[in-house]
Amino acid sequence: MAEFFQQLVNGITWGSVYALIALGYTMVYGILKLINFAHGDVYMLGAFFAYYSARWLGVAEHPTPLHALGVLLLAMAGCAVVGIVIERAAYKPVRRSSRLAALITAIGVSLLLENAGILIFGPDPKFFPQIIPSTNIALGGGVTISNQQVIILVVSVVLMIGLRFIVLKTRVGKAMQAVSHNHTAAALMGISVDRIITFTFMIGSMLAAAAGVLVALQNPKIEPLMGIMPGLKAFVAAVLGGIGNIPGAVIGGLIMGIAEVMVVGYLSPTYRDAIAFVLLIVILLVRPAGILGRNVAEKV
Amino acid sequence: MTSRIRLRPALGGVLAITLLALGCGGSTQDELVIGEYGSLSGNDATFGQSTKNGVELALDELKAAKDGKIGGLRVRIVVEDDQGRPEEAATAVQKLINQDRVCAVLGEVASSRSLAAAPISQAAGVPMISPSSTNPRVTQVGDYIFRMCFIDPFQGTVMAKFAAQNLGLKRVAILKDVRNDYSVGLAQFYADAFVKLGGQIVGEQAYSAGDQDFRAQLTNVKGKNPQAIFVPGYYTEVGLIARQARELGITVPLLGGDGWESDQLLEIGGPALNGCYYSNHFSVDNPDPRLQSFLKAYRAKYGADPDAIGGLAYDAANVLFLSMDKLATENAETFKGLGSAAAGSDARRAATTRLREIIASTRDYPGVTGTITLDANRNARKPAVVIEIKDGKKVYNTTINP
Repeated sequence: MAEFFQQLVNGITWGSVYALIALGYTMVYGILKLINFAHGDVYMLGAFFAYYSARWLGVAEHPTPLHALGVLLLAMAGCAVVGIVIERAAYKPVRRSSRLAALITAIGVSLLLENAGILIFGPDPKFFPQIIPSTNIALGGGVTISNQQVIILVVSVVLMIGLRFIVLKTRVGKAMQAVSHNHTAAALMGISVDRIITFTFMIGSMLAAAAGVLVALQNPKIEPLMGIMPGLKAFVAAVLGGIGNIPGAVIGGLIMGIAEVMVVGYLSPTYRDAIAFVLLIVILLVRPAGILGRNVAEKV
Repeated sequence: MTSRIRLRPALGGVLAITLLALGCGGSTQDELVIGEYGSLSGNDATFGQSTKNGVELALDELKAAKDGKIGGLRVRIVVEDDQGRPEEAATAVQKLINQDRVCAVLGEVASSRSLAAAPISQAAGVPMISPSSTNPRVTQVGDYIFRMCFIDPFQGTVMAKFAAQNLGLKRVAILKDVRNDYSVGLAQFYADAFVKLGGQIVGEQAYSAGDQDFRAQLTNVKGKNPQAIFVPGYYTEVGLIARQARELGITVPLLGGDGWESDQLLEIGGPALNGCYYSNHFSVDNPDPRLQSFLKAYRAKYGADPDAIGGLAYDAANVLFLSMDKLATENAETFKGLGSAAAGSDARRAATTRLREIIASTRDYPGVTGTITLDANRNARKPAVVIEIKDGKKVYNTTINP
């Protein structure tokens, strides 16, 4: 039984990372009906920004919690800028074209970021410094959790609560909700749709950056193509929870993380990547709108 | 019509440039071109980089001793990066043979990549010396494929003996990389030998190279209560596995093979690797004068200690140089066939056939990684050393003879 609970702990930490990335997918989809395939690569950039800012701040030699927080914030700020630039340069020009054009642009941006990453950072894996030395915390019954896993959980939960607060309680959040219902109507109410869309990309990219830093903290190997698989799986997680639905993305991410760890632990590690897509097929067959998604009839 | 007229001068220009390029590119000088392919980038980049360093050092010494010439021909080494991918390794060797007209090939470290490229070398009749691929199937590809190191059935036995006799262990679990020929083979040979010595394999788990998270497998292994975990993978994953194992409260030692051999192993794994053991081709602590003079030269050139991969590459290059030199003294006419000018001719085929025989007859070559004698299957029989990781340093523990 201890083994099962240990796997559960592993799955929840892994799942909270998927949840953070899935939030970015779901927010952009909710507002633009666009699947931002470059999102996984923003996650990669987050890890690299953290890597370079940790070196710049000299955190590896003298790790303090304050420095670690600084690294996290710098990476999030860097990715916020990247998110704004991607939206303005790549997606805005095609916003009035068909949705397929936007989707293909997203794939193009993704390839651009990956290959630019190989060009700039080099194809070799880099090793993320230990900005927070790891220690173990016993949970009783032979189950342990590392302080890094605790940090992942705490930071994820704080960011998710923060996001929920922004969306539900602030003016800009209410404007986001309005834009997601109807662009034209929102614009008629005096909401600057362009600005809200840019803001959405900024928030989504910051969450992806946080996920990148948290993963790099725990699994210190980072490389320019590290975003592809987590990006795809987080996308599946967003669909699983109901794309466009924020609590759905969190639930989808957690299910995904737990399912993956359980498959590796009890079946075979070769199915690790397959389970994500099996879940996707099952959910599309059984509940196409996702767990928390609503079926909206489209008028033809 | 107008557009066609405007195109004409442009076309002429392109033609002129092409002709010029052809005139300059085709080297008229006859030389000895040797190909080298390896993972200069990618997941296990230190394998390719160490190999390149070892070969370069051997070439430097040839330059100092004989003006970089063998049998009157200047030696040139062409290096190709396969990015750590088997399909790229095959392409790289194809290019080396067809475009660079090499007369011999050095590489690879990873058995999966040697296995991908070896059939091409074999079909073209170009001798290939793998410095450090240990999977037995590599040299079984054909009689043009050689290696400078021991093979995995032996390496597996070494670690099994070490675990059973030196550490006195009875229960060991295995965590292998299922997409890696080396890892799968070594895990099997280790398990066979360990069971024969009265031990028990209590669990077997797998991962794929490139994975980031091994906690699920390690949690499963932990439940089996092993006294050690055998991880026959490459250093990048091993470092991550060690860290995650310690985080899960697994305190037993990890055991491994020569895939651990890289400076980056300790950089990634850090203190989590203390008390772990792996089998290797040499230890820098060995007082052997040949090894020590190699270490001195290597440190002077690169400012760091070589790993065993670099040592084996150095030996592979020197065995190749020596064999070419033997051919030049034995028959200068046949030797000419190795020159780049003779590529594709019958003379080339005759020369590489003879070169192959000379390499195969290597006996008691005094290498820096031990004395090299190739057996009938073109494998070297050499002792293995066991390295212990102590306080973040690689320390010699024991030598196990075949």
